[in-house]
Amino acid sequence: MSHHVLSLLVEDKPGLLTRVAGLFARRGFNIESLAVGASEIPGLSRITVVVDVDELPLEQVTKQLNKLINVIKIVELDPAQTVQREHMLIKVRVDNTSRSQILEAATLFRARIVDVAPDALVIEVTGDTAKVQALLRVLEPYGIKEIAQSGLLAIGRGGKSITERVFKN
Amino acid sequence: MPTESSPVPAAGKSTAKTPEILTGSGQILRSLEALGITDVFGLPGGAIMPFYDELMSSTGIRHILVRHEQGAGHAAEGYASSSGRIGVAIATSGPGATNLVTAIADAYMDSVPLLAITGQVFSTLMGTDAFQEVDISGITMPITKHSFLVTRPEDVPATIAAAVHIATTGRPGPVLVDVTKDAQQNSAPFIWPPKVDLPGYRPVTKAHGKQIQAAAQLLAEAKRPVFYVGGGVIRAQASAELLELAESVGAPVVTTLMARGAFPDSNPLNLGMPGMHGTVPAVLAIQESDLLISLGARFDDRVTGKPSEFAPDAKVVHVDIDPAEISKIRIADVPIVGDAKDVIADLTTAFAEATAKSGKPDLSEWWTRLEQLRKLYPLGYDEPEDGLLSPQYVIERIGQITGPEAVYAAGVGQHQMWAAQFIKYERPNSWLNSGGAGTMGYGVPAAMGAKVAEPDRIVWAIDGDGCFQMTNQELATCVINNIPIKVAIINNSSLGMVRQWQSLFYDGRHSFTDLNTGHGTAMVPDFVKLADAYGALGIRVTSKDEVDAAIELANATNDRPVVIDFIVSRDSMVWPMVPQGVGNSSVQYARDHAPEWEGE
Repeated sequence: MSHHVLSLLVEDKPGLLTRVAGLFARRGFNIESLAVGASEIPGLSRITVVVDVDELPLEQVTKQLNKLINVIKIVELDPAQTVQREHMLIKVRVDNTSRSQILEAATLFRARIVDVAPDALVIEVTGDTAKVQALLRVLEPYGIKEIAQSGLLAIGRGGKSITERVFKN
Repeated sequence: MPTESSPVPAAGKSTAKTPEILTGSGQILRSLEALGITDVFGLPGGAIMPFYDELMSSTGIRHILVRHEQGAGHAAEGYASSSGRIGVAIATSGPGATNLVTAIADAYMDSVPLLAITGQVFSTLMGTDAFQEVDISGITMPITKHSFLVTRPEDVPATIAAAVHIATTGRPGPVLVDVTKDAQQNSAPFIWPPKVDLPGYRPVTKAHGKQIQAAAQLLAEAKRPVFYVGGGVIRAQASAELLELAESVGAPVVTTLMARGAFPDSNPLNLGMPGMHGTVPAVLAIQESDLLISLGARFDDRVTGKPSEFAPDAKVVHVDIDPAEISKIRIADVPIVGDAKDVIADLTTAFAEATAKSGKPDLSEWWTRLEQLRKLYPLGYDEPEDGLLSPQYVIERIGQITGPEAVYAAGVGQHQMWAAQFIKYERPNSWLNSGGAGTMGYGVPAAMGAKVAEPDRIVWAIDGDGCFQMTNQELATCVINNIPIKVAIINNSSLGMVRQWQSLFYDGRHSFTDLNTGHGTAMVPDFVKLADAYGALGIRVTSKDEVDAAIELANATNDRPVVIDFIVSRDSMVWPMVPQGVGNSSVQYARDHAPEWEGE
């Protein structure tokens, strides 16, 4: 199986997320990550979903998603042609000896400290999956108390937009 | 069912030009009327009372009060499947709505255009576990093309119009509109036609020309082609086009359970039904074919058997209006997304062009083989050893005496398969059954709906003793509303198909399949007395010489419904049969009797 990133342009209607999530569950597809937010057009949202499936089932899930009345457009994003980012907040245990090491690691990863307490720091990091995971590995020995993570966000490189293509005709 | 509050009177008619102010209920009614709806099936309750108050004064819409909401759902399905017009079912919130669920799921599986309208509790009470509150738009999400929740009267016209549009276009299916009680009671200007905005819904109807040409080329080159015809041909009203295509190619046609009647049984090209209980010629024609032209069929597991062994040597041209069906089960060599009516017509033209120079393909060798199969393995049945009536004989006689202009609605089980096999269908929409969902109890209410849609046709429900006991309460609806259907109970005193599987695959251990309705039992209930209690004509038939007279009496009786209790043998089985989980080449013509194979 392999990762696929799908970008869905959807109408912002009640129950939309249930319909999308329910379809994945019912057809036996596992959602690895899900990010939902407003799009640039009022009333439309964008869902970025990462699924772990083979090529053929992916075609089936895409076709089934297309049948949902509130789904306007689905595009599979090619990693080479897109910018992909995850966002994570990490609460890591610190003491007087480890604090400077952790600050140094954060700087290396261009992460930011967004909360400071005597026994913990909250670090905010943005990047592709590999970078975020790498920082996590570095911080792990110090003791990670809590993490909060967004789903993967992705957008195509270059001037074209998915929405433009939908509303041209 | 108790109500939460007294209904608000409907707004009076306003003067011209400025839009009329109507309650949400009035808007539902006016929208349905404007969309040409003339018949609806339903049962009122608290949350739908404002709408029923409006409905009472409607002159354009006939409402038929059912005895159970499931009956309304299946009646709407029968109405739609027999006429091609959308069926409408109405129920209240909570249990009223959940009683519709089986019929909605059934319509979803069989692509039946169905509009379900349900009342919902006040929007202010939603989410509080209010009396008779269920999230029906949520419950029905996986079994509808779409479900709507309406909480404001001004949203009614566009929602009803969108629902009907979605249900009837593309691949048809059920749509549910849930309307809160306050949306029904409150008023707003009624604007018709409404603006329907469905940016995410654009069904493809016209197929790609290149794909059509590719399919025609394959047809021109094929040595052993088969047209594999599904229910989509009936929904697309493409029977005339199919007849033209099949006759111009001269290739055999098989009609699935959902497609019985899509192509005349009397046409020599028709090999009958494929699949688990299909004819041997139809099943083996597919297995031996080198080209399968699938038209509005979806490679259901009851047709394919083990998919990896289905039509192993065939290239596949798959025509469907739903892109998601194409290559779902079997990879299509030539995928064609489009409306069957248009695609088949285009295919006929393209085939003529492709064969203009080279001439039509010579299929005589193929037909020699098929005629041999036909001669060796015709559909048939043995008389039961216990001397009781043969169920197949009864069903065959009903078809022969009543003829192809009638409508036949079946329940689910052995009698359904026999009705698919032994009644000869000559026209689309004459055979109604629950194919995908396999809903026992579909027969009587579906026949009722069909009789409302097509009052001039004789409508038979071919039912089982198990099925009949699930929905026979609608006989009351039929009697009171003068809907004179005929019901043939093929009474083998058991859940016959389950019993057949127990006999074949569970060492004859008949676990809980005795219903005690037939020969040599307590006969509970007595179906003749039951019919009598409902005010229907009840007839019991136990021997062969009574069969014809009973059917003729039923056909001649039009002042009330007729129920014939045919006491048949419980040991009759449905043959041919492909056991579950094996390839279709393992088809059994009769018990322990497999067809002979040519040089395999």
